[in-house]
Amino acid sequence: MSPTVQWQQLQTRRSFLKWSAMGLGSSVLGHLIHGQEASRGLPTHHTPRAKRVIFLFMAGAPSQLDLFDFKPDLHKQFNQPLPPSVSNGQRVTAMTRGKEQIVAPSMFQFTPKGQNGIFMCELLPHLSEVVDDLCIIKSTHTDAINHDPAKTMFCTGSQIPGKASLGSWLSYGLGSLNRNLPDFMVLNSAFWTGGTGNVQALYSRLWGSGFLPSKHQGVSLQPEGDPVLFLSNPQGVSREVRGQMLDLVTALNQEHLKELGDPEIQTTIAQQEMAFRMQASVPELTDMSQEPEHVLTMYGPEVHKTGSFARNCLLARRMVERDVRFVQLFHRGWDHHVGLPKKIRGQAFDVDQPAGALIKDLKLRGLLDETLVVFGGEFGRTTFGQGKIERDQYGRDHHPRCFTTWMAGGGIRGGMTYGQTDDFSYNIVKDPVHVNDFNATILHQLGIDHQRLSFPFQGLDQRLTGVEGATVVKGILS
Amino acid sequence: MEVYFFYLKRFAELRTLGGLCLILLGAPGSLHAAGVDFDRDISPILSQKCFACHGPDEEKIKGDLRLDMPDATQGPFAQREGYRIITPGDPDNSELWQRIIATDPDEQMPPPESRHEPLSELQRQKMKEWISQGAKYEAFWAFAAPIKRPIPEVSNPEWMKHPIDRWVMKRLEENGMEASPPADPRTLLRRLSFDLTGLPPSVEVLTRFAKDPSETRYEEAVDRFLNSPQYGEHMAKYWLDLVRFADTNGLHHDHYRDMTPYRDWVIRAFNENLPFDAFISHQLAGDLFPSPTQDQMIASGFNRLHLIIDVGTALPEESYTRNVVDRVTAVGTAFMGLTVQCASCHDHKFDPITTKDFYQLFAFFNNFDGKPETGGRSGLDFKRGLQAPYIDLPNASQRHDLNQLDAALSELREESKKLKEAVAGKESSPQAENLKTLEKAIQDQQKRRDALMMQVPAAMVMKERDEVRPAFILKRGVYDQYGDEVMRDTPSFLPAMPKKGETPSRLDLAQWMVRSDHPLTARVAVNRFWQQCFGMGLVKTSEDFGLQGERPSHPELLDYLARDFIESNWNLKRLMKQLVMSKTYRQSSGVSPHQRDIDPANRWLGRGSRYRMDSEMIRDQIFEISELLNPVMGGKSVKPPQPAKLWEIVAMPFSYPKVYEPDQGGGKYRRSLYTFWKRAQPPPQMSLFDAPSREACVARRERTNTPLQALMMMNEPEFFRAAFHMASQLLEPEGQSDELRLARAYEQVTSQLLKIREQRLLTDALGSFRRFYQDDPEAAGKLIEPFSGGMVGSEQTSEMAAWTMVVHSLFNLDWVRHRQ
Repeated sequence: MSPTVQWQQLQTRRSFLKWSAMGLGSSVLGHLIHGQEASRGLPTHHTPRAKRVIFLFMAGAPSQLDLFDFKPDLHKQFNQPLPPSVSNGQRVTAMTRGKEQIVAPSMFQFTPKGQNGIFMCELLPHLSEVVDDLCIIKSTHTDAINHDPAKTMFCTGSQIPGKASLGSWLSYGLGSLNRNLPDFMVLNSAFWTGGTGNVQALYSRLWGSGFLPSKHQGVSLQPEGDPVLFLSNPQGVSREVRGQMLDLVTALNQEHLKELGDPEIQTTIAQQEMAFRMQASVPELTDMSQEPEHVLTMYGPEVHKTGSFARNCLLARRMVERDVRFVQLFHRGWDHHVGLPKKIRGQAFDVDQPAGALIKDLKLRGLLDETLVVFGGEFGRTTFGQGKIERDQYGRDHHPRCFTTWMAGGGIRGGMTYGQTDDFSYNIVKDPVHVNDFNATILHQLGIDHQRLSFPFQGLDQRLTGVEGATVVKGILS
Repeated sequence: MEVYFFYLKRFAELRTLGGLCLILLGAPGSLHAAGVDFDRDISPILSQKCFACHGPDEEKIKGDLRLDMPDATQGPFAQREGYRIITPGDPDNSELWQRIIATDPDEQMPPPESRHEPLSELQRQKMKEWISQGAKYEAFWAFAAPIKRPIPEVSNPEWMKHPIDRWVMKRLEENGMEASPPADPRTLLRRLSFDLTGLPPSVEVLTRFAKDPSETRYEEAVDRFLNSPQYGEHMAKYWLDLVRFADTNGLHHDHYRDMTPYRDWVIRAFNENLPFDAFISHQLAGDLFPSPTQDQMIASGFNRLHLIIDVGTALPEESYTRNVVDRVTAVGTAFMGLTVQCASCHDHKFDPITTKDFYQLFAFFNNFDGKPETGGRSGLDFKRGLQAPYIDLPNASQRHDLNQLDAALSELREESKKLKEAVAGKESSPQAENLKTLEKAIQDQQKRRDALMMQVPAAMVMKERDEVRPAFILKRGVYDQYGDEVMRDTPSFLPAMPKKGETPSRLDLAQWMVRSDHPLTARVAVNRFWQQCFGMGLVKTSEDFGLQGERPSHPELLDYLARDFIESNWNLKRLMKQLVMSKTYRQSSGVSPHQRDIDPANRWLGRGSRYRMDSEMIRDQIFEISELLNPVMGGKSVKPPQPAKLWEIVAMPFSYPKVYEPDQGGGKYRRSLYTFWKRAQPPPQMSLFDAPSREACVARRERTNTPLQALMMMNEPEFFRAAFHMASQLLEPEGQSDELRLARAYEQVTSQLLKIREQRLLTDALGSFRRFYQDDPEAAGKLIEPFSGGMVGSEQTSEMAAWTMVVHSLFNLDWVRHRQ
């Protein structure tokens, strides 16, 4: 019997379920979401345009110059020093400090695509097909120049560890949409094609809950073994025995509750019930056997490997279908200090087709309207090269001053680019979007005023978007 | 009157120091019972609603108005052109009040475009009343030294015996509430055992106490727990959160870092009851004591617990600044309960901590004689998880071996030197061959020495540079944006540090920190020990005693305990005993709907506390009751089994170590505080139950109740093993009845006697598990095979499986999660 069928059967005859009454999660925006009543359309600050978010995080920082930010005339500057008027005393990392800054133009071709003729890179043929759904933001910028603080900055709004991540804020602020799965799930690629030579660490703080209660933290799905830690019953414990065991535990806990009156015991009972449901709902979620061939094909050949970005994209679609509020994918391998052309081809192979397929797939199912898909790394890369510089051989250092991200669906205008950088893709010349603005815009699409979503900690009303303030990027909303 | 003069004195002192100050004078206490209390009612409103623009941060002041400094020219009482911000006694002629009630968005305060909601109706009433009554400012409670006030009389004679009870009962009486009856002896002893040792009591100890739950026996139990080595381990667990102790660097590669001798010292210090002032000062400045002891040196490793990056990506100057800020932050949180780090970029928004104050503290810690980043991956230090300066701590036998190896090495080297001279120019002679052999011998010997050194513990310590490094205000906290130079000094709103020469030392700071008139140190400490025994501090925000923190529920009691603690020469075991000997502590934690309505969080302490235990207590408990817990203390961190590949999915490919290799044997069942803590991926058995990542100082853990926790309790393989182990022990004495065995199991897990209804439920469940496994012996085999090693006869397999499930069910009870 499949776990799903077993589950449905047990749903009706599980005796311990009938005791469940307590809520599973509460939302600060005013409502208790009871386990039995997880519902759509929670009260928010304003009418939401999106219900769910998929964040495709490109850890290591992809080169905007080689993927999105087309600079047609830069090839004329090949091997020329970067004019000091452009770099303007900008700080660099320890790796390129004191070295001459020589311009390394991108070797890749860009051609106009979509109804609006947006220049797309040859490395992204599948994303080019959905360019009319993308809003490409060329003017994203951040404060940090090294990976660890910059990732922490983008994911939690602060370079200093200890703050709550975007997904945990959403879980805290909006509560649950579903009663069988966590609100915030994380999918880390187990491998990537851009080489393993210079790959940065991920930290669980990137999906941690910081000062928020830990029930809001991201649940990271494991590519091997149990997808959710400790999900499976051990050998020799069938679902029936597990049910019996929980019946006993619940009955004994009920006795305890009667005696003591602490409602926390009721919560324990409710969470055991949720755990029991997850033992069926998570395998159902990760079971791809019912996906039709044409869907699998759309995501590309890697979809058959567990832990691939392609498979994770498909899983993300399955999650939002089941009303997981926030899904974050982390794909590593973008830190191309040397040998960029070869490595970025590999990374683009990993990402382009599945990300394009995700947009198409969501659209086909009518989910894209209410699902915001966003894509970005922790910063950009320098226009000046690192290591050996030839037309088709170069690397690039970290560059926080400008980089490209994109958004799609969820009330975002497609087929447009936003913001502009100078001829070197070094400085922003129009419509800067700080990562806090980017996050504020995500919250806005979900109906949250980022100024008002706060939590008191260390004497401050903590916000995802920090104390300096942020601005919703109104120019990209549909 | 005494109080009044105290404030006067403090005020004068502050004024002469010229410090920015919030501690301001009024007639203290005059508004108390009358309804509005400045400290309790008004100060939080001003802090939350006004100070962002009219508070301590000089750069952000709007309208030239500061509401934190009443007597300043920018203050609310100054005569302005045609109006006053506050006219004492006259809200109608107070601009402050008029702005609060204004409806015109241009007038309204806080302004609608700010992030602050308007004042609530209750807050408005309070403000109006406060102004009507004269708008008196008072000292902020936490920044004035604690005072021992006369202990109040209460009507219930039983509650007159212990100072804590008298303060608590006074509040209960004022609120028209009653205390709860004492907890039953079994529950009480279980509570006591968990709070003092982190472990449940043994059935023997429990039975003895249940038979004679007298005052004397209780006190004996308290003493026994306080003197057990497990006490130090349990106390250390809380401390390690506070100082963010971990086994990796926490940044970039997140390499191995061995601070375990510091952990051993903390445990030892608690067990030996090192006076708490020494506990603090040794950590801050143990290295600066005259001829410091080995323990003082180890303790100074407190200053080395910050996150640290490995060389090659960040700029060293930036890393250096980051380390010092982290160090100062820890001092603020751990010892003073302040968020001083807020002032690293700008003057504190709420507390009177200026950036200058922050960088004056910074100046005490910026003189570290060591590198700001960890070195490359070659060399023995890297493998040992060490970074200079450190001290090696070989035991006697290691020292002996080292001496021998070193003697042999130096002999060999001497010989090789001579031989080299002889060989010079004659590369093909037989002597040259000898030289090769000799060099090989040196290498071998060196390898042996390295292998030995890998085993030798070492403690990273604090060390000052000879020449004091100048310190500057860093504008907006940016490492290379120098502002004015600053000298080492303590924050101006706290007692001044006596000047002993040009540059005070970290040791001077340490001694200042534990001065008997320091308003924060003892209060902050006492409050956290209270939190440990009662589940919540008298100040709930035990990490923040500043203006944005919560006010104490029992301020006089907190002060009493703090003063008493200082007077006892900071005797911690005495304090712990004091807490648990009170009737307040010993109340039943049962809660009636009425009690829940009037005091849901139990702030008035009208009942015993009940809280979800920390991850360590839950895991250790399961191994303790199944008799698997390995009582070995101290030493290097251990790696009990965890789900595979957790590290690989996040670690850099060249992180050291990158792969989690679980220990076999003894390391599997050590107490959880010895578990290897990788900051990028803490052990899931800990983090699922809200253990912090140890990247930042944490004074108070969250206590959530999640389905992921339920899954862990249901399926952690080692918990199943523990259940099997306990089931085997239950079945060992032959011929016992199910009833007897069930009662034993239930008592072992919950410390309670099995009652009839529970017995019926357990008997029924045992029956169904039996039937199930008798019908499906294969399933039974699969269940117990990993634990039994195939030693159980087939007939007994089903029985073992059924009992394993019963015990495992008990492990999933709320009893195991909550201490009550």
